[in-house]
Amino acid sequence: MSAQSLYDKLWQSHVVREEADGTCLLYIDRHLVHEVTSPQAFEGLRLANRKPWRNHSIVATADHNTPTDHWDQGIQDPISRQQVETLDANIRAFGALAYFPFKDERQGIVHVVGPENGATLPGMTVVCGDSHTSTHGAFAALAHGIGTSEVEHVMATQTLVAKKSRSMLIRVDGQLGQGVTAKDVALAIIGKIGTAGGTGYAVEFGGSAIRGLSVEGRMTLCNMAIEGGARAGMVAVDDKTIAYLKDRPFSPKGEQWDAAVEYWKTLVSDEGAQFDSVVVLKAEEIEPQVTWGTSPEQVLAVNGRVPDPAAEADPVKKGSYERALQYMGLTANTPLTDIPVDKVFIGSCTNSRIEDLRAAAGIAKGKQKAANVKLVLVVPGSGLVKRQAEAEGLDKIFIAAGFEWREPGCSMCLAMNADRLEPGERCASTSNRNFEGRQGQGGRTHLVSPEMAAAAAIAGHFVDVRTFA
Amino acid sequence: MKPFTQLNGLVCPLDRANVDTDAIIPKQFLKSIKRSGFGPNLFDEWRYLDHGEPGMDNSKRQINPEFVLNFPRYAGAQVLLARDNFGCGSSREHAPWAIEDYGFRAVIAPSFADIFFNNCFKNGLLPIVLSTEVVDQLFSEAEATEGYQLAIDLEQQTVTTPAGQSFSFDITAHRKHCLLNGLDEIGLTLAHAEEIRVFEEKRKAQQPWLFV
Ligand code: SF4
Repeated sequence: MSAQSLYDKLWQSHVVREEADGTCLLYIDRHLVHEVTSPQAFEGLRLANRKPWRNHSIVATADHNTPTDHWDQGIQDPISRQQVETLDANIRAFGALAYFPFKDERQGIVHVVGPENGATLPGMTVVCGDSHTSTHGAFAALAHGIGTSEVEHVMATQTLVAKKSRSMLIRVDGQLGQGVTAKDVALAIIGKIGTAGGTGYAVEFGGSAIRGLSVEGRMTLCNMAIEGGARAGMVAVDDKTIAYLKDRPFSPKGEQWDAAVEYWKTLVSDEGAQFDSVVVLKAEEIEPQVTWGTSPEQVLAVNGRVPDPAAEADPVKKGSYERALQYMGLTANTPLTDIPVDKVFIGSCTNSRIEDLRAAAGIAKGKQKAANVKLVLVVPGSGLVKRQAEAEGLDKIFIAAGFEWREPGCSMCLAMNADRLEPGERCASTSNRNFEGRQGQGGRTHLVSPEMAAAAAIAGHFVDVRTFA
Repeated sequence: MKPFTQLNGLVCPLDRANVDTDAIIPKQFLKSIKRSGFGPNLFDEWRYLDHGEPGMDNSKRQINPEFVLNFPRYAGAQVLLARDNFGCGSSREHAPWAIEDYGFRAVIAPSFADIFFNNCFKNGLLPIVLSTEVVDQLFSEAEATEGYQLAIDLEQQTVTTPAGQSFSFDITAHRKHCLLNGLDEIGLTLAHAEEIRVFEEKRKAQQPWLFV
């Protein structure tokens, strides 16, 4: 048999049937569910008098609408509350392998909760009505976001109608410099290929710099594959993957563990595997990144200056630069390090895991947030992350620095709950989208790593974390 | 699902690249547990000057006269003409729901984001990819001519201008079949339930740890 890529292997092992035009029925192993994109799917099942095909494929949690403070008071917003209670009722009626409802000690952002419970395993197909499902590809799973009609389709049939994508290898060779993180790698890649660069592709991240990343770093990277247009991002299995999964609640145990590990070790691209496209970056050339515009591809190294639309020849690009600068309230040629911030958000499925919080705390330790910074929100990705951070005393470091330590959830990543920017406010954020209005109407988002966010909170403006002491 | 066969529809040109699903339907409207009623909040932050929240009476809100959807000449448009990477970002199906609910039946662009593209087909909305040059031409014609309509024929896979110029587009046989007949995909898939069961049993034997 010819050399296969990791994607080829994952795809092939899930094809139930294939039509003449290449449309396949793909078997789905894990279905993650949250409150925003599932109510209409459950309703559809009910109307057609259907049951879930295999409710034990479902792991569910409430994350988008849940508040991050005053949990004793419940969910204040009545429509948010109704959506969360609808999920409670649907899981009660239809069943699931696990449900982590609002206030449960293991509740959290669905993409943090899945892996930390061992509900995401190598070789699985993982879907969720959420574009950042690509996160789970860090475990050599074929994982991608789906729409609500597909959520219903997966519930009813345990399959998805899909066509194989083209394949892309993004290789990052070498060693990342000090202060340069997985987030910077993700942003640098998007800066290079553009937000549509990966459209139609399934992306494998490889190369020595990727092998050098921790499993959590790989999740950060795969999380943002969708921001580069790719529905799925993935990383091959290695010893780190296996070590991470050992003894997680839903990881296999005993003899099954041994059999699983043996299989998982085959989940790598074979020597000589072919890709439809290959992109190569040098790790040494990647610097800490800051987005300046309203699309993740509008990104620069921290020592750069806001670009000048007048210097842009392409009229569509020029127009979008002008609109971005106007929305962001920025002037061409301003050094990024001269831009002051009003708020800082450390959280989201991109950067809310324990390593992210340790990194941010490492910068904040013994320091104080700048006077011009109104609010620094630190929102752990899950209840388990929160407890771990508290056991390590990270919460005390944040609170001493004047940061707020909150309950887990999506929070100001998309501002569906009470955490949001006011019009015109500028935020250094560890989330994944800087779209207009994403963090609150009129809010201005700059995407950065947790280290860079913490440093901006202390300095009151963006700074190069490599020289920040 | 509403079948899609032919359409002769007024064209509304939305001249922006990378229009994301947050812009198509802002998050506050995602709190709904229904599939319908999103049309009045399509492009909410661009379409209105005040901040929209669910439950507001949209007819009393302040509209933005500078946003193209609000130009009187585009009232009743059924074809949305867009730029590259339309529908990027969040997977929310509320985006095609809102576009369809507003009255559009087709979106034409040089490229679409994958998840959005896929979601359209589940809702009787036809996304059509045409080359950048053709889309440029359609933009100039639609902007220059009031009442500009395009004729779309799914069976023939063509888009035809008022001057009679025809462009063909691609679509997979499976999607075309479902759209032409307004078929429920779940019903179609369940016709293969036995195959799925056989596959599942085999998988269970090979990787029992996936079936706890
Ligand atoms: S943290 Fe943000 S990006 Fe991640 S699932 Fe929640 S809303 Fe989506």
